[in-house]
Amino acid sequence: MRISTLFYLIKQGMKNIYRNKMFSLASIATMTACIFLFGLFFSLVTNFRHIVKVAEEGVGVTVFFNEGLSESEIQELGKKIEKRDEVMHITFVSAEEAWEEYQQVYFKEHPELADGFKDDNPLANSAHYEIFLKSVEKQDSLVDYLTSLEGVRRVNHSDVVANTLTDVNMIVAYVSVAIIIILLAVAIFLIGNTITVGIAVRKEEIAIMKLIGATDIFVRAPFVIEGAVIGLVGSAIPLVIIYILYNKVIQFMAEKFSILSLEFLPVDNIFRYLLPVSLAIGLGVGLFGSLTTIRKHLRV
Amino acid sequence: MIHLENVRKEYIEGNAAVNGIALHVEKGEFVFVVGDSGSGKSTLIKLLLKELEPTDGEIVVNRTHLKSLKKKEIPLFRRNIGVVFQDFRLLKDRNVYENIAFAQRVIETSTKKIRKNVPAMLSLVGLAGKYRSYPKQLSGGEQQRVALARALVNEPTLLLADEPTGNLDPKNSWEIMKLLEEVNRRGTTVLVVTHNREIVDAMKKRVVTMKKGVIISDEKKGGYLYEN
Ligand SMILES: Nc1ncnc2c1ncn2[C@@H]1O[C@H](COP(=O)(O)OP(=O)(O)O)[C@@H](O)[C@H]1O
Ligand SMILES: [Mg+2]
Repeated sequence: MRISTLFYLIKQGMKNIYRNKMFSLASIATMTACIFLFGLFFSLVTNFRHIVKVAEEGVGVTVFFNEGLSESEIQELGKKIEKRDEVMHITFVSAEEAWEEYQQVYFKEHPELADGFKDDNPLANSAHYEIFLKSVEKQDSLVDYLTSLEGVRRVNHSDVVANTLTDVNMIVAYVSVAIIIILLAVAIFLIGNTITVGIAVRKEEIAIMKLIGATDIFVRAPFVIEGAVIGLVGSAIPLVIIYILYNKVIQFMAEKFSILSLEFLPVDNIFRYLLPVSLAIGLGVGLFGSLTTIRKHLRV
Repeated sequence: MIHLENVRKEYIEGNAAVNGIALHVEKGEFVFVVGDSGSGKSTLIKLLLKELEPTDGEIVVNRTHLKSLKKKEIPLFRRNIGVVFQDFRLLKDRNVYENIAFAQRVIETSTKKIRKNVPAMLSLVGLAGKYRSYPKQLSGGEQQRVALARALVNEPTLLLADEPTGNLDPKNSWEIMKLLEEVNRRGTTVLVVTHNREIVDAMKKRVVTMKKGVIISDEKKGGYLYEN
C-alpha cells in the first residue's frame, strides 16, 4: 500500500470520528472510565502486593524459649517448626548473636556505652528462632501452633496489614473486575454503535467506492482506524490523569500516614506495565468493536 | 468488449427482469440502449458490473468471464469500467476536485499523478474553473460532467451510462452526449441507456431496443423505436 493511500485512509478515519462527534465522545468517555478504573485498580493492587512483599521479606515471627531450655530441646523445637507448611526457613539466633545485633542497631554511635555490659549479656535469655514465612497470610495459623508448643515462652509477630487487608482486598478486586468488564462491554457496544452510524452516513460513498473498484481493505480501513483511534485515545487520557494523580496521592499518603512508613512504588514502576497493557486493551477494544460491526454491516 | 449469451435475471423466481438476451458489443463501439421503463436496462448494466449475478447465461466483459470472477477480483475488474448515473451520485461533502480525485484515491493512484490527471479531466469536461465548487453549487449539467470526469479519470476501456441525461434539459443533454461521443472517439467503448428520442435519432449510432426483458431490435445507425 502506498504511503499516500495510508494517509488518506487515516484521514478518512479521523473524519469519521469528527463527523460523528457525539457517538465518538461517548465511546471515548466510556473507554476512559474503564481504563481509569483499571489503572486505579492496577496501581492499588501492585502497591499492595509490593507492601506485602516487603513485609514478607522481613522477619515474620520470632520464637523465644522458656528459661533453662536445653540446647537439644531447642533443636527439637526447631525441627518441629521447620516441618510446618507455612515455614520457608528458620534461623537460630543465640543470645550472644542477639546482643551483637542489638548493639549494632542501638549503640552504633556510642559503642562505649555497650561496654558496660561486657561480660554480662543483658539479653541472656533472648536466644530465639527467626521464622521466615512463605506468605504473610499464613502467619495466624503458625502463631497459634507455635504458642501451643511446649517450651515456648513468647511468640512475637509483626502485625502486618496483610491479614485484614486480604479479605477486603478480594472484595475490592471482584467488584473492580466486574465494573471493568461491564465498562469494557459498554465500550465495545458504543464503539460498535459509532461505527454503525459512520457506515450508515457513508453508505452512498461506500457504494460509489465499490463501483469504482475499491478493495475491501480500502472500504473498511477508515472504520477500523476509527475504532482503533477511539480505543487508543480512550486509554491515553486516563493514563495521563493517573500519571499526574499518582504522584500527588503517594505524596499525600506518605505525609498523612507517615507512621505506617508504607513504601509505595514509584510511578515509573507502575507505568512500565500499566502503559502497554492499557494501550493494548484500548486498541483491542477499539479493533474488536469496529471489526465485529464491519462484519455485520459492511458485507462486501 | 461485451458478450452476453442467453442471459436471464430473475429478482423474484419465475419473474424475469432480463429474459434470455444475447448482445455483442465490440471494442470501440458506441451503443444506445433504449426501451420502456421497467424493460430491464438498468438490470443489464448491473449485470455487466457484476453487481448482480445472472440467474442463467454467460457474460463476458473485457475478456473477463464474470461467472468465474471471484469476489476478491471484482474491484480490479471494475477499474476498467467507468459508470455514470441519472442522479450523478457525487459526494456532497467534497468539492469538484476532490470528487474526481476520489476515484483515483480508491484505486491507489499516487498523489503526484492525481494532481496531473484531475485538472486534465476537468478541462476535458469544461469545468476547469469550478474545481473548488461543491456539488450543490453546480447545475445539473455541471454535476453530470463532474460525474463523467470521475468515471473517466481512471481511463476505463468501457463506459456505462444509465440515463445520464434523464435529469437534464435539452441543451445540457446534448453537451453530455457530445462528451460521450468524444470519449468514444478517443477509443473508449460506450454504452448509453437513454430515453432521449431526439438525441438517439440525431446521432445515428447503434441502437438496441429492449422490451419486457428481451431485445426486440438491434440496428446499426438506428433510431428510437415507437413504443407500445
Ligand atoms: N431489486 C429489485 N428487486 C425486484 N425487482 C426488481 C429490482 N430491480 C428491478 N426490478 C424489476 O425488474 C424489472 C426491470 O427493472 P430495470 O432493470 O430497473 O428496468 P429499466 O432500467 O429498464 O427501467 C422491473 O420490472 C423492476 O420492477
Ligand atoms: Mg433504469
